[in-house]
Amino acid sequence: MDKSFVKALAEIVGDTYTLSDDESLACYGYDSTPELHSRPGAVVLPATTEEISRVLALCNGAGVRVTPRGSGTNLSGGSISFDGGVVLQTSRMNRIIEIDEENLTATVEPGVVTSTLHREAESRGLFYPPDPGSMNISTMGGNVAENSGGLRGLKYGVTDDYVMGLKTVLSDGEILKTGGKVVKDVAGYNLNHLLVSSEGTLGIFSEITVKLIPKPRTKKTMLVHFPQLEQAALTVSHIIAARIIPATLEFLDRVTIKCVEDYAHVGLPLDVDAVLLIEVDGHPAQVEEDAAGIREICERHRCSFFQTAADADEALKLATARRVALSALARLKPTTILEDATVPRSCIAPMVKLIQETAKKYDLLIGTFGHAGDGNLHPTCLTDERDQDEIARAHKAFGEIFEATIGMGGTITGEHGVGVAKKKYLPKLVGESGLRVMRGIKSALDPQGILNPGKIF
Amino acid sequence: MDYLKLINCMRCGMCLPHCPTYKETFLETASPRGRVALVRKFQEGELTATENFLEYLSLCLDCQACASACPCGVNAGELVAEFRCEKKAQEGLSFMEELILRKLVPHPDRLESATAPLRLYQRTGMQKVVRTLGLLKVFPASLGRMEGLLPKLPAAPLRQTIDEVTPPQGKEKGTAGFFLGCVMSLVFSEASLATVELLSLLGYKVITPKDQKCCGAPNMLGHDAEGLQQAARFNTGLFSSHDLDFVVTDCGGCGAELKKYGHHLEGDSKAAAFSAKVADISEILAGEAETLKGLLKPLPVKVTYHDPCHIAHCQGIRSQPRSLIKLIPGIDFRELPEADACCGSAGTYNIEKPEMSERVLNRKVANIQQTGAEYLVTGNPGCLLQLKKALAESSPQVKVIHLTELLKMSINA
Repeated sequence: MDKSFVKALAEIVGDTYTLSDDESLACYGYDSTPELHSRPGAVVLPATTEEISRVLALCNGAGVRVTPRGSGTNLSGGSISFDGGVVLQTSRMNRIIEIDEENLTATVEPGVVTSTLHREAESRGLFYPPDPGSMNISTMGGNVAENSGGLRGLKYGVTDDYVMGLKTVLSDGEILKTGGKVVKDVAGYNLNHLLVSSEGTLGIFSEITVKLIPKPRTKKTMLVHFPQLEQAALTVSHIIAARIIPATLEFLDRVTIKCVEDYAHVGLPLDVDAVLLIEVDGHPAQVEEDAAGIREICERHRCSFFQTAADADEALKLATARRVALSALARLKPTTILEDATVPRSCIAPMVKLIQETAKKYDLLIGTFGHAGDGNLHPTCLTDERDQDEIARAHKAFGEIFEATIGMGGTITGEHGVGVAKKKYLPKLVGESGLRVMRGIKSALDPQGILNPGKIF
Repeated sequence: MDYLKLINCMRCGMCLPHCPTYKETFLETASPRGRVALVRKFQEGELTATENFLEYLSLCLDCQACASACPCGVNAGELVAEFRCEKKAQEGLSFMEELILRKLVPHPDRLESATAPLRLYQRTGMQKVVRTLGLLKVFPASLGRMEGLLPKLPAAPLRQTIDEVTPPQGKEKGTAGFFLGCVMSLVFSEASLATVELLSLLGYKVITPKDQKCCGAPNMLGHDAEGLQQAARFNTGLFSSHDLDFVVTDCGGCGAELKKYGHHLEGDSKAAAFSAKVADISEILAGEAETLKGLLKPLPVKVTYHDPCHIAHCQGIRSQPRSLIKLIPGIDFRELPEADACCGSAGTYNIEKPEMSERVLNRKVANIQQTGAEYLVTGNPGCLLQLKKALAESSPQVKVIHLTELLKMSINA
């Protein structure tokens, strides 16, 4: 990148937080997406809304492209700059500006780490439910840009359900305020919802106001084994049909169970098709009733094992299998391709079967775990990036899996975003009209196309 | 270096919130994920070992908090150290490194003589004169920092005063080999004496071989793999000549290194057997909790515990020291926020990288103050030095002691 341009950036954010040396650029050439690497031209870490605004105005004027980044945990290549542009990292803006206990809202800067907000809210008896797997690292800015989900999605929804107000810096540096602290607001287009999950292509968030809810008073954790996949899937459907909405309804398939057992020795049997981790929360009386209902449904569907945690320590133990699932899989091979194909809940059994058959067909090791309650599965392919042939087979297999997902009325990404990794599957999902509308919105908000170009479509 | 170890990093970033230097800077180059990427790009020929490149790697405290957090079992701290060792092996040791790592550190008698003038310096009142007159200002800044870190030294190193065999009190349960850490013996001999007395009280015969040498950790810090292997061979041979049930140390750094002898001397079954026998004092004492309970008297003080990196991250010991503290009747134990975050001492890091060390230390001190504890307990001499100095300056009401000293206090209460 042109030295004088880097100097102009440094005049805005300071020398310490303007990086253009080889080593820094190499380190900002990746996020958590496997295989992808591309060096940006420079990296800036602004400290204020005004600095973001000035950086964007400068870049827009010079036609330099900008890719926003939080902690770089994106799984679809969304925080990588593929054209030597500027990476703008928001981590320094990490203040919780306010927790408003009267309106039950929190206002944060984009660099606040999700679990930091959890702790702060919970210390006041409040609750911010979205809990993506990366919540100890991921930033609120990234969560809003990707509309992150998590384990509690089934009962509590995803990030979008909590965003009430945003301060967004637009491509030319203009600052746009949308929404606020009011629950009802029908003045004009709902721009909050437009900006959530825009993957950094429409603007950069500099302030976020989210809804908080009262912290559930108690919870109960259950672990259930099923010899047959279909019975586990039916159990999931029947629990919800019985008007019970668990906070967590997680699933591990046979491959994952074996990997978890080999790694963590938690006492899982190797001859079962599925393990479900179920958590219900809320008022103690409701929790008791729901837990009893779930037990009855599980037993009716011939579970081979059912355990309810007696206390918090035991709950933690029961949750271990799910908690270590990704680690257990990731340790097997150097490269881990973690996907997030999502189907309607009723299609979980056929989807898991299809994933297993596809893995067999392409001679791949794919373990599937995920959020059974909301149909969001994580087929995880364990491979080795040095083995070009296997990598090619993995991409083919995922192509087929996504095709099938769309066929079942599901989506190609439930929570990781389209980025560059899922770009080629998007037209099939949203169609020509979907793409045309999205492109129209993009060119209205970012006429020069400088914000995270090449992502989504 | 094994390329596979580098590509095992899936760049998930789980290490970031645990890395003290990332938490201070938010820079990818100052994170474990970034360091693995740097070494990988070097191996792939995309980067060269420029001064800038080495400077980034040298910011690593090697606290290995990243290894505890990594889902794939990657140890970024160790990979960086391995890279620097390989580089040092090609370049060779400098004159000063040769002098310190090969001629001084492996010889306890020389080390003791070298520190003798310091004892004199403190005891004759010279220290006061030098400090009052600001004489240290004429020396390099690093010397001043070293001088400032030193607490009052004991009259003599423990190695010189302790008996080779300390008999058990009561019925003999077994035989312990005691590995004296250099800094523990030279500076914290009272704590190590407490360690030996506790073992003896619990019925163990304690053998402290006088010929033992430094564990080799300073060689590792100086990226001198050969020197480390020499230390490993010597100590393995020495301790293997005694019939021991276990080898115990009260120095977290030594314990972590001794447990890795089997790894450092690959294929040497004697070294592997030695490593398997090594235990931190907290592991041994936690196994004796029932007996110990009968010896402890009420000690109504507020206590918190700092996890040394070499104990928590390198040896995976977290619950034992806490359960031992809680054994003391009447004690008010308060968990320290971010207890297993590095204190910034990190071997010689506080001398070499004072600015970052201080930033990491300030965070630790603020967390300690928040607990309201009167005693900060820990288990590693580097942390003791660093925290004693910092707390003496900012919160003199907080005393910094070794775990065995606290237990001894309760027994004598």
